[in-house]
Amino acid sequence: MAGESSNNNSYWAANIRLVKICLVIWALASFGFGILLRPLLSGISVGGTDLGFWFAQQGSILVFLILIFFYAWRMNRLDIEHGVDEE
Amino acid sequence: MDQFTLNLLVVGATFALYIGIAIWARAGSTSEFYAAGRGVHPVTNGMATAADWMSAASFISMAGLIAFGGYATSSYLMGWTGGYVLLALLLAPYLRKFGKFTVPEFIGDRFYSPTARMVAVICLIVASLTYVIGQMTGVGVAFSRFLEVENSTGLFIGATVVFFYAVLGGMKGVTYTQVAQYCVLITAYTIPAVFISLQLTGNPLPPLGLFGDHLPSGQPLLETLDQVVTDLGFAEYTAQDGSPSSVINMVLFTFSLMIGTAGLPHVIIRFFTVPKVADARWSAGWALVFIALLYLTAPAVGAMARLNLITTIYPGGVAEESIDYEARPDWVKNWEQTGLLSFEDKNGDGKIQWYNDSSESFAATAEANGWAGSELTVNRDILVLANPEIAQLPGWVIAIVAAGGLAAALSTAAGLLLAISSAVSHDVIKGTINPNISEKGELLSARVSMAVAIGVATWLGLNPPGFAAQTVALAFGLAAASIFPALMMGIFSKRVNNTGAVAGMLAGLLFTLVYIFLHKGWFFIPGTNMFEDSISGSLLGIQSTAIGSIGALINFGVAIMVSRSTDEPPQEIQDLVESIRVPRGAGSAQAH
Repeated sequence: MAGESSNNNSYWAANIRLVKICLVIWALASFGFGILLRPLLSGISVGGTDLGFWFAQQGSILVFLILIFFYAWRMNRLDIEHGVDEE
Repeated sequence: MDQFTLNLLVVGATFALYIGIAIWARAGSTSEFYAAGRGVHPVTNGMATAADWMSAASFISMAGLIAFGGYATSSYLMGWTGGYVLLALLLAPYLRKFGKFTVPEFIGDRFYSPTARMVAVICLIVASLTYVIGQMTGVGVAFSRFLEVENSTGLFIGATVVFFYAVLGGMKGVTYTQVAQYCVLITAYTIPAVFISLQLTGNPLPPLGLFGDHLPSGQPLLETLDQVVTDLGFAEYTAQDGSPSSVINMVLFTFSLMIGTAGLPHVIIRFFTVPKVADARWSAGWALVFIALLYLTAPAVGAMARLNLITTIYPGGVAEESIDYEARPDWVKNWEQTGLLSFEDKNGDGKIQWYNDSSESFAATAEANGWAGSELTVNRDILVLANPEIAQLPGWVIAIVAAGGLAAALSTAAGLLLAISSAVSHDVIKGTINPNISEKGELLSARVSMAVAIGVATWLGLNPPGFAAQTVALAFGLAAASIFPALMMGIFSKRVNNTGAVAGMLAGLLFTLVYIFLHKGWFFIPGTNMFEDSISGSLLGIQSTAIGSIGALINFGVAIMVSRSTDEPPQEIQDLVESIRVPRGAGSAQAH
C-alpha cells in the first residue's frame, strides 16, 4: 500500500511537471507572441504583416494542437511506466 | 431549378438524415441517455464536440467580427481554441475518471456539499439557457432568409427536429447527429472560402492565402487590405493598439474566453462519453483538430470578405469613383431585401460611398471628395452567408451554406439542452427530490426535462429578451468565474473543502454578475448601468466582457483562504481525489 502511494505520488509529480511545461508554452504562444510580445517581434515580417499577427490568428492555434497531442502521448506513456494505465 | 427549390432540397435532405440517425440511435438506459453508454470513439467524440462547441456565433458571426475588427478580434480565435488546452490538461481526463454523468454531480461529491451542487446547477442552467437563445434565433433567421418562411415557422421546424433526436436518443442521439452536422457545417464553410481564396490569391488553402500575395495588386494580401482600409479612414487592419490598458484588456478578455470555454458544462459532458481516460486526452486533441479547420479558415474569410466588399464598391480602386447604385451586383440587391444591408444616398450623386465617417482625421478628405457620410450599412453577420454569392458560386453552394448555418445552430442547441436536462433530472430530481427513483423513472424524467427545456428554449427564441446579445458575456463570465475554478481546485487540491468551494464559487459569481450589471445595466435593463462599458469609462479599467478572468482569480483566492482557516476535507474525500488522479480503474467506476 505504501509502495502504491509513493508510486502514485511520483506519477502525479511527473504529470504536474509536464502540465507546467505545456502551460508555459500555451501562454507564450498566445498571450506572449500574440499580444504582449508582438511589438518585439514586429521586425520579423510574415506575408505583409508581422510574426505577432500570425501567432494571434494562426500560430497559437497550431501550437495548441501540437501541445494537446504531445501531452496525450506523453501522459499515456507515463501511465504505462507507472503502471497506472487502464486494462 | 431555382434557388428556393435547391435550398429546400438540401436542407430537407440534411433534416431527414438527422431524423434517420435519431431513430437508429435510441437510448435504452440512463447511461446511454447521459453519456451515450461511454462507447464513443475518441475521434467521433472529437467531431461531435466540434459541432457541439461551434455555434451560430462561430459559423455566422465570427468571420464578420474579424473582418470589421482586424487584429483586435484575434481574442476570439485564441480564446475559443486555447480553452481546449486547459480542458485536455486540467479537466477532461480526471472528470472522465470520476465516471459520473454531470458537472454539478462532481462538484457536489468532491466538495461533499449539496449546496455546492445546487450552486453549480444554477450556474449551469443560467449559462446554458442564455446561450441557447442565440442558437434558436439563429435557426429562425436562417430559415426565413433561405426558405422564405416566417421566422416562427422556421423555429418550430428546427425545434421539432431537435425534439426528435434529443428526446429519443439523449446523448447517444445527439452525438451521432452532431457528427453529421459537423460534416455539413465544415463543408459549407470551406467550399466558398476555397473559391474566394483562389480568386484573390491563387492559393486553394485559405489560411495560406491569408498570408499570400493578392493577385490583382501583386503585393501581400494583408498589405493591400491595410492600404485600402486606411485610405477610407478605417483603422489599419493588422495594427495593434499598443496602449497598456488596451493590451491588458485583450489579455484578460482572451483569458476569460479560454477558461469560460473549459468551464462550459455542455462541452465538458461530451468527454464523459469516451471509454477510457486516455481516450479523453486524445479526444480533446481531435476536437481541436476539427475546430481548427474552421478557426484557421475564419480569419482568411474575414480579411478576404472585407477586401471583396471594398472592391465591389470601389471597382477602380479607392482613389477612383465608386460604383453607381444602379450598377450594384445582384448579391447586394438580395441582401437589401433582408434589411441587413442598406444604402442611403446622402450626397445625392447616385454612387455608393463607404468609409469611416466617424474618423476626425479623415473628415477633410471626405469633404474634398464631396462625400456627406458613409452611405452603406452592412450587418457583420451577412458576410459568411453572402460569401458564395460574392464569389459568384453556383446555387447548390448557397444551399449548402444554408444547411451549414442550421447545422451549427442546431448541434449547439441540442448539446446545451442536454446539459440542462441532465442537470434537472440527475442533479435536481434524482440527486435531491427523489433519490430512490428507479432507472426507468429517471430515464423518463430525463426525457420529460428535455422536452420542457426545448419548450422553454423555443419560447425564448420566439420572444428573445432585449438583452439576448449581451448574455454571451454572461454565459462565459459565469463559466469562467464559478465552474472552471471549482473543477480545477477539486482535482488539483486536496485541501480545498466544502466551505471554501462554496464561498469561492459565490464570491466569483457575485463579483462577475455585479460587475456586468454595473456596466450593462441591472438585469440588462438599459439606462440602469452606473459605468460606461468602455476601457476608459469602466470601474476597474476592464471591460465587462473581460471580467470573468478577475472573477475566477477571486474564486481561487477566496476558496483557498477560507479552506485554510477551516477543517481539511475528510479522509474519504482525499482518497477520492487520489483516485481521480490515476487512470487505472476507470472501467469499474462506470457502473455505479
